[in-house]
Amino acid sequence: MRRYLAILSCVLFWAILIYGVPDLPDLGDPDAPANKHVVPRYIEGSYKESGVPNIVTAILANYRGYDTLGETTVIFTAGITVMLLIRRKWK
Amino acid sequence: MKAAPVTNDIILRTGASIMVPLILLWGLYVLVHGALGPGGGFQAGVILAAGFILYTAAFGLRETKKILTMEQVMVIASTGLFIYAGVGVLAIAFGGRFLEYGVIPLGHSPAEASKYGIEIVEVGIGLTVMAIMISIFYDIVLKEKVE
Repeated sequence: MRRYLAILSCVLFWAILIYGVPDLPDLGDPDAPANKHVVPRYIEGSYKESGVPNIVTAILANYRGYDTLGETTVIFTAGITVMLLIRRKWK
Repeated sequence: MKAAPVTNDIILRTGASIMVPLILLWGLYVLVHGALGPGGGFQAGVILAAGFILYTAAFGLRETKKILTMEQVMVIASTGLFIYAGVGVLAIAFGGRFLEYGVIPLGHSPAEASKYGIEIVEVGIGLTVMAIMISIFYDIVLKEKVE
């Protein structure tokens, strides 16, 4: 019984998600809300403001530099955690 | 006190001795090329770490340890993060906000200064990622005590 309930709920959620798909904007649509907020600023201003031609790098290291600093800290913390958990002693 | 098994496969050893310098060079290229094309600190760090991992696979941990000890790896990891945060604090010292590269007096314009700031920050990211990848690899490889 619980198995059928699980299958039924999966199918139901699948149907809900599929029902929402036609309302999504097309891939790469310039009028999509995600492409109208900060993207024009990045495309037009990133070279003038950051001096690097690669927009991805400009966003990563300049506009979202604080975020990237956190990401680097996460990697550093992960490495220290692995070291604490499973490191054996060097002789 | 059993040492980690070292392979004597001549194909692996010859291939590694040819490939490792090229991989490291490619990693440095990706690191400094991050501002112009695809690339950047994270990718470059992983490529550099892959070079060291291939070296370990071919010549054994003991040889790799002579090049890069555990202590040096952790020093490099901390240095990378320190460079990143240091650039941010440097911007404060020159009267800007945290990580506002434009105020650092490098080059002729704020845009050029932020270009150099981005490059320095990418180097910091690359060092940290490379060192942490090598550190995790060392930790996993060290199943037993290695002389």
